[in-house]
Amino acid sequence: MSENNKMKILTNGILNENPVLRLVLGTCPTLAVTTMASNGIGMGLAATFVLLCSNIVISALRKIIPDQVRIPCYITVIAGFVSVVQMVVKAYVPDLDKALGVYLPLIVVNCIILGRAEMFASKNGILDSALDGIGMGIGFTVTLTIMGSIREILGSGTWMAGLGKLVPALGADFSIRVIPESIDTFSLMTSAPGGFFVFGILMAGATWLTTRPKKSAPAVEGGNA
Amino acid sequence: MVKLAVIFFTMILVDNYVLAKFLGICPFLGVSKKLDSAVGMSLAVTFVMVLATAATWPIQTFLLTPVDAAGNQKWDMGYLQTIVFILIIAILVQLLENFLKKFIPALYKSLGVYLPLITTNCTILGVTILNLDNGYNFIESIVCAAGAGIGFLVAMVLFSGVRRRVEQAVTPKCFEGLPITLVAAAVTSLSFMGFGGIIDAIFNVAA
Repeated sequence: MSENNKMKILTNGILNENPVLRLVLGTCPTLAVTTMASNGIGMGLAATFVLLCSNIVISALRKIIPDQVRIPCYITVIAGFVSVVQMVVKAYVPDLDKALGVYLPLIVVNCIILGRAEMFASKNGILDSALDGIGMGIGFTVTLTIMGSIREILGSGTWMAGLGKLVPALGADFSIRVIPESIDTFSLMTSAPGGFFVFGILMAGATWLTTRPKKSAPAVEGGNA
Repeated sequence: MVKLAVIFFTMILVDNYVLAKFLGICPFLGVSKKLDSAVGMSLAVTFVMVLATAATWPIQTFLLTPVDAAGNQKWDMGYLQTIVFILIIAILVQLLENFLKKFIPALYKSLGVYLPLITTNCTILGVTILNLDNGYNFIESIVCAAGAGIGFLVAMVLFSGVRRRVEQAVTPKCFEGLPITLVAAAVTSLSFMGFGGIIDAIFNVAA
């Protein structure tokens, strides 16, 4: 397989086959944790790690695992890596653990991971599967971050609040105020309906970006998000 | 008794798993196109939810994090929670499928196609873990699981109605299909927010 093809596998997940916006997988964590951009980053990274590791292991075992019991086998592998992530996050970033709550163990049933195992890793080599895992993970993280940013800026007027807990160098109170405090925030955005709404709009945006008739100019990625 | 009723109705109206806690969005979007499949899926989910809670609660309490009579923890294997629970749910779903196929074929016919999907339905794993996080006892957990299941049913049935109307609406091209459905879900979820506080008012308890 050529260099070009490898690159394509890697970048596929970012826009063309974006797991959340185009394949519509893993919608639950997308909606639930994106009340703040920093939660989106944390969730995205956790899922990327699990995705990468499970893709590698499942791809390595793809000739050994019998077809009939493949789903339980995949789930066991995934659950193992999720437990690893859970323990690491609990130990080193307890605040993130609190913010993500039940959605951290729920990465096990995140359809992106099982979906990629079934659709990609079970049919392709180890290197390709690893690239696919990274690409999909980046796509997931970027989408979550964009959604988190929109909801956080509109809903609480800040951006990246809580990032200090992920990156200690920034200090615990790190946040960027986008909308001045004197203006009332649109708090509906951080609650459930806002999640559905922003998700719908973003999905429409991604559909528009990928399906619009190509003119001469190269597409600007994520420009309108 | 009042506490159980409060848990039950809170799970249906206020803390609805789909519309307020964002669990089980995949089946919510996937199977809510037709009313009968929405009902079938929700019934299967409710059934497995109660069964899974009944199975995982004792395992967590007596095997993973047992407490002796004096209240001291005997050992802590709580880190195995995720892996043990998902395996139990997977096994349970498989057993249920075989059981229904053999003994109640009529029910199997109507629920059968939804059963394999349930393993990866996050509401099931979510409800079992949340019950333990909330510190509910066994009866409360079962009631909570039943409430969550009924809440799922209510959301699915309501939304399948909304969706029928939305499918016929004329929308901009890029909004066709799922995007407009999600916007409709936002409105449905908004209407559910109106139930906030209703439980406290009915049962006269502070939240």
